[in-house]
Amino acid sequence: MTQTLTIREALRDAMAEEMRRDPSVFLMGEEVAQYQGAYKVSQGLLEEFGPKRVIDTPITEHGFAGLGVGAAFLGLRPIVEFMTFNFSMQAMDHLINSAAKTLYMSGGQMGCPIVFRGPNGAASRVAAQHSQCFASWFAHCPGLKVVSPYSAADAKGLLKAAIRDPNPVIFLEHELMYGRSFEVPTDPDYTLPLGKAAVVRTGKDVTITAFSMMVGHALEAAEHLSSQGIEAEVIDLRTLRPLDTETIIQSLKKTNRLVSVEEGWPVAGMGSEICTVVCEQAFDYLDAPPLRVTAEDVPLPYAANLEKLALPGPEKIIRTVKTVCYR
Amino acid sequence: MPIQILMPALSPTMTEGNLVKWHKNEGDTIKAGEVLAEIETDKATMEVEAVDEGVLGKILVAAGTDNVPVNQLIALIIEEGETLESLALSVPAASSPSTQTPIVSTTETLAIPQETTKVAPSLLPHDQGRVFITPLAKRIAEQNQLTLTNLKGSGPNGRIIKADIEHALQTATAKPSAINGETYTDLKLSAMRKTIAKRLTDSKQSIPHFYLTVDCELDALLALRRQANDLPGTKQKFSVNDFIIKACALALIKVPEVNVSWHDTFVRQYHTADVAVAVAIEGGLITPIVQAAHTKTLAEISLEIRTLADRARTGKLMPHEYQGGTFSVSNLGMYGVRDFSAIINPPQACILAVGVAEQRPIVKNGQLTLATLMTCTLSVDHRAVDGAGGAKFLQEFKNLIENPLVLYA
Repeated sequence: MTQTLTIREALRDAMAEEMRRDPSVFLMGEEVAQYQGAYKVSQGLLEEFGPKRVIDTPITEHGFAGLGVGAAFLGLRPIVEFMTFNFSMQAMDHLINSAAKTLYMSGGQMGCPIVFRGPNGAASRVAAQHSQCFASWFAHCPGLKVVSPYSAADAKGLLKAAIRDPNPVIFLEHELMYGRSFEVPTDPDYTLPLGKAAVVRTGKDVTITAFSMMVGHALEAAEHLSSQGIEAEVIDLRTLRPLDTETIIQSLKKTNRLVSVEEGWPVAGMGSEICTVVCEQAFDYLDAPPLRVTAEDVPLPYAANLEKLALPGPEKIIRTVKTVCYR
Repeated sequence: MPIQILMPALSPTMTEGNLVKWHKNEGDTIKAGEVLAEIETDKATMEVEAVDEGVLGKILVAAGTDNVPVNQLIALIIEEGETLESLALSVPAASSPSTQTPIVSTTETLAIPQETTKVAPSLLPHDQGRVFITPLAKRIAEQNQLTLTNLKGSGPNGRIIKADIEHALQTATAKPSAINGETYTDLKLSAMRKTIAKRLTDSKQSIPHFYLTVDCELDALLALRRQANDLPGTKQKFSVNDFIIKACALALIKVPEVNVSWHDTFVRQYHTADVAVAVAIEGGLITPIVQAAHTKTLAEISLEIRTLADRARTGKLMPHEYQGGTFSVSNLGMYGVRDFSAIINPPQACILAVGVAEQRPIVKNGQLTLATLMTCTLSVDHRAVDGAGGAKFLQEFKNLIENPLVLYA
């Protein structure tokens, strides 16, 4: 059984179901309660769960992220919403030094079962400070899990799994995807394992890895490439840490070519990691150097035309795929 | 700027050649006049000499590369004050597969670039013997025991990719290899073999040949030769062929209508008798020329043929030593061949095929007797020479051979 839901609704349902299932789960963030969420993701939650479990915070990420980490140390399961991940940088010390490392530093005596979620990446014309992808920042750090879904079903299944996970999970959503609709299973226990990628399109000529909104661009590019005789296999990474290298390598062994797509910058990005992994683990299967499609290596321009030129899209993916296919 | 060394045209007809060997390595100091490399043309192996001084900076076409087009850049010489590093700038590099190409479209519709990113083939397909190959292609090649040296890569920088290996394997299976106990071997065509095939096919197909045969009595000539070779203090030994060359030369001058070549709109008549002599060499044959043989003594001709033949066998003939000629002689007598018909060597109009000198019974003055006879067949281009002209030449030739004192003089 499935129903058509927007990603916004799927995320809300995931939180509501988990809050019903586990009274230690609560939501905290700017505008999450009375305003129903800056992007209306927490619609109806205050009404159902009351102000003790759906908490509006002052505008201080450093403050409420620390509050959340402390609550998690003592056994609660907070969901901390960042209005956007651009503001998470204020809370970096809590995220990295407290949330990610405490399980290790306490010798396993104290964990941090917390989810930090919110929109990540470029929205539309919100300029350099509000448009950036933090995937590789967080995926860099041991102790964190990093999830970034594309479809509504994955958003729901993975957010539920993230809430149930005993470790701190960074859950990267996308503002431009909130209103997109997908089929979502109705089962209230529908979860997806963290750390598993999904092959969302099969093909034999090239492997395209992508996550979040870029999966859509990759699928669009794959359709055009198919009309030109190139069958691309598209992998939705879904989890960026731990990265599902097995699925990537398996696909690469079949296609012998890889293009990594991400919305973030090229230097030390997810693509850098993926290209390294295939060189390390499947060198003998490569028939072309693995290539990356990324944002241009600049702060995102405000001007609409420049913003479009700076971000990766189907055209760039098509061009790069043709390069690795020697076409 | 580094000095560019281009593939030289060593003869007017040369369009490509094989780079056989480099005499200098990268980094070696070059003086003007020093031999840089050896190049095999359609007929001979030639040396390329340096015109300028400097240091051999970069070899761009490796030794052993076949069919290098004339004027292709094959090496760079750097001058004083330049470094190897500065060369990098002057070697046109292949454009890297770029993700930096600006997107052409700013509209919402998907704009697919029509021109695919073609990567320019590099000048350095096999840089200093290193084969560029993708890991996958390399592994497949190894599994199939495929040698990579003659394989051309279709990827950027001449990189060998999976498709190239698959193509090579397909061709390999189509062509039986000599490994599995095959009963034949396919030999690679040398430049010379290709030239012989092309020119002689053209000749036999386009020239209306006719053939005239005479028997020459050789006893007088053999006696004279023995006498000459036995002269005390003589170092030089004349061969029968030396006499034949001289006889041809004198006959050509006497009967100028056969000393010609056909040029479609005119017939060129030569004033000198430049006699080409077919010499069998490894892998083919070549025809060095005794220039103006009619002006030379038998001794001069003998010496010249010997040196030319030696140089031909070692592949060191210069183009002017084997190109041109107004008439050819092919002698297979030493193999016991009695008579044969040779194919005309264009643009010449005639070639004389000389058989073995052997004792045969003949009738002389009503008596059966023995004589040493040599059968010669003249192949003639009927466009330029008629039967009577050819016959007159043979008559004159026979007369000279049978009265050899004129030749020895």
